[in-house]
Amino acid sequence: MFKAALTFLLFNSIILTSYSQSIDVCKACDVKTLTDAIAKSKPHNKIIIHKGTYYESDITIDKPLHIIGKNNPIIDGENKSYILIVKSDSVTVSGLTIKNPGQSYTKDYAAVLISQSNNFKFENNSLENVFFGYLLEKSHQGIITANKVSSNAVNQSSSGNGIHLWNCSNITISDNEVFNLRDGIYLEFVKESKILNNQSYNNMRYGLHFMFSNNNEYHNNTFKNNGAGVAVMFSKFIKMTGNTFTENWGTASYGLLLKEIYDAEIENNTFKENTIGINVEGSTRINYTKNNFISNGWSVKIAGACYTNNFKQNNFLNNSFDISYNSKMHDNKFNNNYWSSYTGYDLDKNGIGDVPYRPVKLFSYIVNKTPETIVLLRSLFVDIINFSEKVSPVFTPDELEDINPLMSPVLND
Amino acid sequence: MIKIKNLHKKFGKVEVLKGLDLSIHSNTSSGGIVAVLGPNGSGKTTLIKSILGMVIPDKGEIKLQDKNILKKHQYRNNINYLPQIANFPSNLSVKELIKMVKDLRPKPTTDNNLIDLFGLLPFLDKKLGNLSGGTKQKVNILLTFMFDSELIILDEPTTGLDPISLLNLKKIILEEKQKGKTILITSHIMSFVEEMADEIVFLLDGKIYFKGTLVEIKQSTNQKDLEHAIAAILTTTNSKFN
Amino acid sequence: MFKILKYSFYDLMRSSWSYVYFLFYLALGFVLLFLNNDVSKAVITLMNVIVVLTPLIGTIFGVMYYYNSREFTELLLAQPLKRSTIFIGQYLGVALSLSLSLIIGLGIPFLAYGLLQSNAIFNFTSLLLVGAFLTFIFVALAFNIALSHENKIKGFGYAILVWLFLAVIYDGLFLISLVMLQEYPLDKFSLIATMFNPIDLSRILVLLKLDISALLGYTGAVFQKFFGTNAGMLISFFVLLLWVILPALRIIYISKRKDF
Repeated sequence: MFKAALTFLLFNSIILTSYSQSIDVCKACDVKTLTDAIAKSKPHNKIIIHKGTYYESDITIDKPLHIIGKNNPIIDGENKSYILIVKSDSVTVSGLTIKNPGQSYTKDYAAVLISQSNNFKFENNSLENVFFGYLLEKSHQGIITANKVSSNAVNQSSSGNGIHLWNCSNITISDNEVFNLRDGIYLEFVKESKILNNQSYNNMRYGLHFMFSNNNEYHNNTFKNNGAGVAVMFSKFIKMTGNTFTENWGTASYGLLLKEIYDAEIENNTFKENTIGINVEGSTRINYTKNNFISNGWSVKIAGACYTNNFKQNNFLNNSFDISYNSKMHDNKFNNNYWSSYTGYDLDKNGIGDVPYRPVKLFSYIVNKTPETIVLLRSLFVDIINFSEKVSPVFTPDELEDINPLMSPVLND
Repeated sequence: MIKIKNLHKKFGKVEVLKGLDLSIHSNTSSGGIVAVLGPNGSGKTTLIKSILGMVIPDKGEIKLQDKNILKKHQYRNNINYLPQIANFPSNLSVKELIKMVKDLRPKPTTDNNLIDLFGLLPFLDKKLGNLSGGTKQKVNILLTFMFDSELIILDEPTTGLDPISLLNLKKIILEEKQKGKTILITSHIMSFVEEMADEIVFLLDGKIYFKGTLVEIKQSTNQKDLEHAIAAILTTTNSKFN
Repeated sequence: MFKILKYSFYDLMRSSWSYVYFLFYLALGFVLLFLNNDVSKAVITLMNVIVVLTPLIGTIFGVMYYYNSREFTELLLAQPLKRSTIFIGQYLGVALSLSLSLIIGLGIPFLAYGLLQSNAIFNFTSLLLVGAFLTFIFVALAFNIALSHENKIKGFGYAILVWLFLAVIYDGLFLISLVMLQEYPLDKFSLIATMFNPIDLSRILVLLKLDISALLGYTGAVFQKFFGTNAGMLISFFVLLLWVILPALRIIYISKRKDF
């Protein structure tokens, strides 16, 4: 009798798991927690989490699984520790709201930790009130798409990053929305990854932050109202196209910071209403092509040794200062750009101004030395001294000029 | 009517009025025309302007009908003033100017009679900037006499007038006198003064030197006309100072 | 006062000078827009023009009007009117008609070029507001100068000098002192020095719209507070208002003591 019953049960459960390969999690189900579901699952099973709030943390996914949230279930970590820990390849997670991971000065608690895993996909999740959102380490070939990551960062030391990658490669981060964090997206020692169509805004430090990460590209992202838009530091071969950097206002705030960068392409981006459009320090062999600089305080501020930078076919529209240089050293080329403050003429009607444009003004030199003089911006006296400097350059690098300034803006696509 | 006590006025270092006392009484039945005469710089204009409140005296008091007028403005509603030079906002028409002055002084007017009298009808819609000096003076006179006021002050009223208008002006002045008005006139045309004035006030050196009727001034100087009487006064005072 | 204002205003609105001024701004607006074909850019160029030119025109016009209407003023003085009524009335008449020429003269071309569809509308209106403020301030200063100087030539001379000083020389001295004293904290000093010059003040008001990105690049806490919040805008407007009220009060003060 007992044996018969046992056989029946065992038989039944084998039938069940192998038949549907799917485990439902809900308050009224047999399986009431995700942790439990993972324990009961087999590799490549589907776990469906139904509507409800689940108070769990340190949920370790140690086998390939497909976790799907239905009707927006919530996993609440109650500020204790990590919430999801992925330690296996081929994991997908979608449709979950994961909130309140722990917060610590010593441990990088994240809503989702992906560690040494490959071929993952995280889609349509919402990570709320996080310390770190997605924390990826030593993982490769993964996709993080259409997620929303947010927190309520008040200061840099007690907040973490939205999507944080360390020692990763071939990751695609696309269509995410990251806001109110320290760094929106952070990459350190990351290779061959793509960051596409993300919205990163209201972050304390950077919208996007590269450190020691080569051969990456980011396209069509929007960085708005961050401490600074994007910082690219100590990296090579980065491609940046079609991004929008706006309203990054404040002291030492910029749309894009380039520090010790080599061989980068910056194309078709829009820098609008930033205190500094691009801040360049010690960067070499960078091509700036077809970008729009609109109503920035400074379009481009160049400091330190920057060599062979090429500015071509950019539009500089209504910026307070076009280019600022802190030294007389100069090895960069400006050619065929449109400058809205160009006052020259085009007698031969070839669309190119007949006199060169000098984008560095004496006043920008004065403001560099004595910042308070900024209150005299656009005053008649400043116009007069700018004019006299234009006629005979004394303080500004005299060969720094756009020899072929365009008469009308470049139409960028 | 007018009572002035110890009036002082300095312009910079120049003392123009030095304790001037003057009282002009008019018998309300017949009125009176008082001519204020004196050499250039004797303080005629300053005196008139003090009465009008255009010049602010340093010291002294001015009473009109027993009311102190210094630092007030309402009393001017009862004074008609004809300024020496007539110059008006050049982009207003005559009609608008008349309307404006009426607007500023809400009391009954007789402007239509005066327009007829001086033949100003064709000029009513013309801009003041386009009028000749004589016509401007006519407008000036019109603005002065169109109100019914107790005191009328005329500063060189004959300037630039053609003979007919001059006759008309004299007629109006006499009419006003008949109505019992007090009329204060300054003029350099002695014949005009002799013809019109009942009383002469002669200013010299910031004070009243002589005040009396035409007859009295001629008698005291033993001259048969005003012009010579004035000349006599001036030569005697000059010799006194020398 | 309103009666005087009304007649001064009528008189000026019909004077050819108002038309010249009006047509000048009309032409300026159209030319700027034609050359730039971009409302935002035209607004920036316009700012340079307005900040320098409205004070100049206000000054010259104010002085000219005062001296030209002396006899008319005498006529008014003989009327039962308060002196303050007469002069404030005339002052407002001049300032108002000039402001109107400015606003209509520039308004027409910008409206015609699709200002309403452009996002420059706030910049533009604040520019016009600033222009009107400057007109009121400099006409008041001009009246002050004219009332204190019977001599026309002297009056004109001082008026131009005041304009030249506030438009150019002041900023030169300001810049030099900032550069000379650069070791010291200067943000309070520079803001206060700005307050003492209505042209600088108006420029700052426009900068708050056009160049806020650059203004926020400076570290000083006082600057941050001034430019980063509405405080800057409010304080600037308040001080501009003082710049109108104080000279206007002085017009009353002088006129009460003046002999005509």
